[in-house]
Order: sequence, then C-alpha cells, then structure tokens
Amino acid sequence: MMPPLTFDPRRSGIHSRARGNGPAADGTAAERAALEKTWHVPEGILGWFSVVDHRTIGRRYLVTALGFFLVAGILAVLMRLQLAVPDNQLIGPDRYNQIFTVHGTIMMFLFAVPVMEAMGIYLVPLMVGARNIAFPRLNTFSYFVYLFGGLMLLIVLLLNSAPDVGWFSYPPLAGPDYTPGKRADFWAQLITFTEVAALAVAVEIVATVFKMRAPGMTLDRIPLFVWAMLVTAFMIIFAMPAVVTASSFLLMDRLVGTHFYNPAEGGDALLYQHLFWFFGHPEVYIIFVPALGMVSSIVTTFTGRPIVGYTAMVLSLVATGFLGFGLWVHHMFATGLPQLGLTYFTAASMTIAIPSGIQIFCWIASIWRGTPRFTPPMLFVLGFIAIFVLGGLTGVTLASVPFNLQVHDTYYVVAHFHYVLLGGAVFPLVGGIHYWFPKITGRLMDEGLARLSFWLLFIGFNITFFPMHQLGLMGMPRRVYTYPAASGWGPLNLLSTLGAGLLAIGGLLFVWNLARSVRSGAVAGDDPWGGDTLEWGTSSPPPVYNFLHPPVVEGPNALWDRSADAPVVTGLRTDCREVLITDVVDATPNNRYEFPEPSIWPFLAAVATSAMFVGSIFTAWAVPIGIVPIAIAVTGWFWPKRKEAAA
Amino acid sequence: MRQQAVAGHRSIDVSGLPDQGAFGPSGLIWWGTVGYMVIEGSMFVMTLITYFYLRLKVDAWPPSLSNPDLFWGTVNLALLLVSVIPNHIAKVAAEAGDPWRVRWSMLLCVVFGVVLLIIRWFEFGSLNARWDDNAYGSMVWCLMVLHTMHLLTDVGDTTVLTALAMSQPLDKRRYVDVSENGLYWYFIVAWWVPVYLTVYFAPRWL
Repeated sequence: MMPPLTFDPRRSGIHSRARGNGPAADGTAAERAALEKTWHVPEGILGWFSVVDHRTIGRRYLVTALGFFLVAGILAVLMRLQLAVPDNQLIGPDRYNQIFTVHGTIMMFLFAVPVMEAMGIYLVPLMVGARNIAFPRLNTFSYFVYLFGGLMLLIVLLLNSAPDVGWFSYPPLAGPDYTPGKRADFWAQLITFTEVAALAVAVEIVATVFKMRAPGMTLDRIPLFVWAMLVTAFMIIFAMPAVVTASSFLLMDRLVGTHFYNPAEGGDALLYQHLFWFFGHPEVYIIFVPALGMVSSIVTTFTGRPIVGYTAMVLSLVATGFLGFGLWVHHMFATGLPQLGLTYFTAASMTIAIPSGIQIFCWIASIWRGTPRFTPPMLFVLGFIAIFVLGGLTGVTLASVPFNLQVHDTYYVVAHFHYVLLGGAVFPLVGGIHYWFPKITGRLMDEGLARLSFWLLFIGFNITFFPMHQLGLMGMPRRVYTYPAASGWGPLNLLSTLGAGLLAIGGLLFVWNLARSVRSGAVAGDDPWGGDTLEWGTSSPPPVYNFLHPPVVEGPNALWDRSADAPVVTGLRTDCREVLITDVVDATPNNRYEFPEPSIWPFLAAVATSAMFVGSIFTAWAVPIGIVPIAIAVTGWFWPKRKEAAA
Repeated sequence: MRQQAVAGHRSIDVSGLPDQGAFGPSGLIWWGTVGYMVIEGSMFVMTLITYFYLRLKVDAWPPSLSNPDLFWGTVNLALLLVSVIPNHIAKVAAEAGDPWRVRWSMLLCVVFGVVLLIIRWFEFGSLNARWDDNAYGSMVWCLMVLHTMHLLTDVGDTTVLTALAMSQPLDKRRYVDVSENGLYWYFIVAWWVPVYLTVYFAPRWL
C-alpha cells in the first residue's frame, strides 16, 4: 500500500507530461553518467577557481577554518608560555598585544563562524535532499572573500603590523588619536571581509532550507541541525549589519576624519560598544546554535531513537535566536549605564538559560531513554554537556551586575567564555567532524586516536581554563603581558600553561588523525553509524549530484521512517543543472530551476572586492575606483553564456 | 506530476512542473533578493538609530551648522516616487511575458536612474555640512552615501538587465530577473522616504 504523500499534485494545477529524459528502471546507469557529466566539478587550475559545488566549497571552508584554528591555537600557546611564570620577558608587550588581538579575532571571525557555516554549506543541501546549495556562485564568491580577508590578517601579523587593540577594538583606544598607523584599520576591514562572506552564506542557507527541501520534508520533519543552521542564518542576517556599521564608522573616523566616536565633535565612544555588542552577543549564539544542532544529530544517531521533545528543541533554538538579541548590554555593565537598563539586561541574560536548559534536559532524556553507544562523537557530546553546563553557570553569575563589576576584565571572564565557546562550540564541532568525516571522505577516523585525543582535550581544557576562574577572583586582569611574582598568580598560571600543553597535544593528535584517516582510514560505507538523516542515504563521499533521484521524506527521521519502496523524485532534467524548488511550509514541489555552471567570475569578483577593501585602508579613493572592476566582474558573473541564452 | 515505478521505487514525476523558476516567493530568486533587502534594510535601520542616538547627545541640531536646503532632495523624492510607474510597468510586463513592454519600460527606468544620480550629486552640495565638520555632518553624509550606493547598484543592475533584454531573446528566466529587480527598486524608493525625512526634516523638527 502506498503511504500518503504530503502534497496533492492536483492542487498544484500542473498536468504531467512526459519528457525525453524520464527515467526507466533500466536507465539508471545512463542517468548516472548523464548526471555525472552535467554536475561535473571542473578540473585544472582554472577549474579550481571556478568550482560552484557545495561539497567542494564546504570542504575548502572547513580546511581553511581549521587552518586558521591552528594558527590561533599556536598564538594561544605563545600567550600561555609568556604567562607561565611571573616577570617573563619571552614576548614583549607590543607583540603580546598583537598576539591576543589576532588570537581572538581569528577565533571569532575566521574560525568559529566560518567553520560552522562550512558544516552548513556541506551538510544542509544533503540533509534536505537537494543537489546543490542555493546561489552556488555566491557561495564560491563568499569563500574567496573569506580566504583573502584571512590572508590579509596573517600577512600583517607576520609584518609586525597586526591589530593590537583587542578583538572588539573599542574606541577611543582604537580611534585615530590613540592608535595611529594602520593596525586598527586592518582589523576594521577584516570585519568587512568576514561579514560579506558570512552574510552571503546566510542567504544561501535560508533559501536552501526554505525552497529546496525534499518533497515531504514539512517544517516538523526538518532535521534539528538544519533548523539550527536556519536560526543561525537569520541571526547572521540581523546581527552582522550592526558590526559592519560599527567597524565602517571606525574606519571612516580613522581615514576620512568623520566624528562618529569623537565626543569633542558630538560623537560618542559608547555608541561603538552598543553597535558592536548588538552584534557581539548574537555572535556567541551564531557560533553556539549550529553546535547544538550537531549535538542533536549525534545524540539521535547514537541513542538510536528519535530525539525527546523535537518541538521543544526547535522552539528553544528559535527562542535562543530571539533572546540572543536582547542581551548586548550585559557586556557593558561597567560603562555607567542607567540602573534600570542594567536590571532589564540582568533578567534577559538569565532568561536565555531557559531554552539552553530545555535542550540539555532533552538530550539527557534521549540518552536515558535510548540505548546509547559511546562512540567518539558521543564522547565529545558528553564532554560538551559537562563543560558547557559549567560555562553556563558562570554565565548566570556574570549576569549579576555587582558580581560582574567585581570580575570585569579579569581572567574569570576569560575562563567563562572559553568554557562556553570551546565547550559549547568546539567540542560539539570536533564530535561533529568525527561523525560526518566518513560521509565527507568515505573513510572512518581511527577510533583509538579519537578517544585518546578526546581525553587529552577534555583534561587539558579543564586544567587550562578552570584555574582561570580562581585567577580572576584573585584579581588578575586579562590582556596583561606579564605580572609580578608578589601577586601570587604564578602557580595557577603555570598549571594553566601545563594544561595548554595537553590541550595542544590533543589538538595536534586530532589533526593528525584527520590527516592519516583521509588516506588510510577504514572504508566507511554509506551509513557507518545508522544515521537517520538524508545524507546517510547516499554514497560516501556523495556523488557530484548528491542523489541519483532526489528523495521523498515520509517521517521526521527520514531514513528510519522510510518505507521499503520509498518514493523518489524523477523528471528533473539530467542534461542541465536542474533542481527542484518546493514550497516553504509543506515542501510541495513547485517549479524547476536551472542552476548555473562553474564560472571564473565569482573568483574575479572576490579578487576585485578584496582589492577594494584592502585599498580603502589606505585611501578613500579606493572605493569609487574599486567599484569599476567589481561592476565588470559581477556583470560577467550574471551575463548568460550563449548556450544558456539560447535555452 | 504522476507516480510510476523506478527501480523498485514509486516516483514523483516533476517533469510537468514549470521550468526556469517562478515569480515571487514561489521562486528561488525572490528569496535571494529579499534576503539582501533584509540585510541592507538592517543597515539602514542601524544607521537611522545611530543618527537619533547621536541627536540625543547634543542640545542643538544641527550643531553650529545650517539646515540642509530642501530643493534637490525634494526633487529627488518626487522623481523617485514617479519612477515607480515605469518600474511597475516593467514588473507587470515581465510577469505577463511581454518582451517589448519590458524593453521600453526598463529603458525608461535606466533614464530615471541616471537622472536621479545626477540630481543626487547636486543634493550632496546642498547639505550645508561636510562629513568631517562634526558628528552630525558625518551622520548626514553616511545616510546619503548609503542610499546613493544602493541607488547606484540598482541603476547598474537595471542597465545590465536592459542591455541583456535588448540584445537577446527574453525567456522566463530573464523575466524573473526583471521582476525581482523591480522589487528591489521598490525597496530603494521606500527607504528614501525615511532617509529623506531624517536628513531634511529631523534638523528642522527635532
């Protein structure tokens, strides 16, 4: 008996008509060959720059972000070495300022956000049963803009000209009077690079999730990771314009003499903090929410049961997305704002613990009610729960204004946000990488090495960051390059540095496991874990067209709920990059749309855009002049090739 | 759509669905356009909030400068509002698949766009403030430059689309592009109203 499908062809008012490429039972091999040819990934040097395939760009994003993570990790180790003993002279104050600024900037802007987007770029189209991500050329453009922005920061770091005013670059310190030279400008323009890239990916993800879901994937059947990426994309769309505004004003104050942040001419330095943190707090959730989605995916698979409280989980993600925008002032408790405002933001900051708490309880209930398998991805999830709960608790303490004032800008805050960010985002991410590695590469990561690296990371993390709570309570301020022996902070700092050593060894072991497993890991097969989401229903790694026939979804856990003769979508053209566009709410097929071929123009547009961004650090004329090559590249990008025009 | 057996699976045959996309929220392009409208709308909101935030920090507004002259800005407002007509014709013609009406109305949109940009040049001269005079001047220039960049972008888009429409046969795909470009023009016109009121009347009224 055929299960009912979720849409009614008659309602769409479209009559079926046969096309020449309709599939037949014996035509599968020919169809595969045709799809292989149509969706090919171009080769050669020119091809490398022209790729528009979401798996390739997703992998590049992932590898690049992990590369930046490694660089920022090395900077962290350097800081820990400098702080290991009192009165240390290993690194001077100027270099140290650059190191902590670049460490924070890379971690937030070049690692955490892009790496989550990388997972989204790779996985969202697969999880919704699509052939590619929406707006694939924009995706390519985004990657190169991100790459060039990151390279700019690395180059200025090597040239001893890196930003040195902290990852949030407050004026007046970052303004023209107190930081002459170009260091703060590189920071401000790096923000522009990363935001342009992140916003592009956010639009792609929203469009993919809303319009390219497999038939049958109604809103209540969307995998939680996809929900998480959707909420993240919306947060990016609403939060990042604020930081672009903040950093552009800063750049203009420094370059063309505007007075946005200059109190002497009617400007206001605190304005910067409002704009920055209106972005900066949601940013924390932009990093954390995708991680929640990864945790849900891993917990579902390794407990072998549907997640407990799917609806509550989705509503919690959405609530986190909204509440994240109402907390920014809790980063500004020490700025002398009115008491009433502070009280409101204390309450709001405590409220956000509720949706996080709901999710934690749902995961615990799922593990409790299911039959958990403690594989490496699951270990990282358990590590996440332990560390994140601790970070969440110190977050609640920091929401209290009197306590906050006491520990403001101390190592207590450093400890808190590393528990939240490393525990809340990096542990799930590393778990997620172990989980999806077989899908991406076709091979499993070595389990023994994975377990060893987990324990090194978990123990190393806690030895590094737990003592920082105490150091903060003892009064050690953040961002000092050294401290006197009489302060008594020496022993705990040494302990922290030893922990950082373990953490670094764990991190390197993870990277080594990645590198060796790509080449020599055990062959994984399509679905090594028995996962429930659509990506496990295609081969590992997936073919260039993702699915021979786009799937039709019959339940909330797509693969587990699939009937023996599950329906599939047919009738998409195989001689051009045609995809199926479905409706937002019930994913009913609506129309077909042809995706663009690979093209060099998005890369050229990224080069032109980057040239303008870098040029405008030095002269405002770079903007009017730089627009011309950008316009040419974008026109080339959209101008149809003769074949398309004639189609 | 019909259901048939494919290699042991039932199948949903979508070959009867319209190809080359769809207009409005049914299609993919609309979502990309609206996505960027939301992003850029957020930029306008942030900039307007900043304007009023800085207004609250001082007693006199504009501080030690005279008000912007109304003439060119108001001419631009009137022209932008009138430009909605050819834009609407182009959008409707695209959705109806009428190539010649699309071509001439798009051409008219380009002419409007160029005239608007020329007038915008004079507008900058009538603001009675420089960006580096004080925070008020910075804010006014920021709002004007932000809107002008959007104006310039859309005039560029429209010019390229018009060139395409003139040089090649129009298909559904192109009609969708024209229609969504029309939507973006509404966005530019709509944002000029609060920006105009802020730049020209906030100094007079507040």
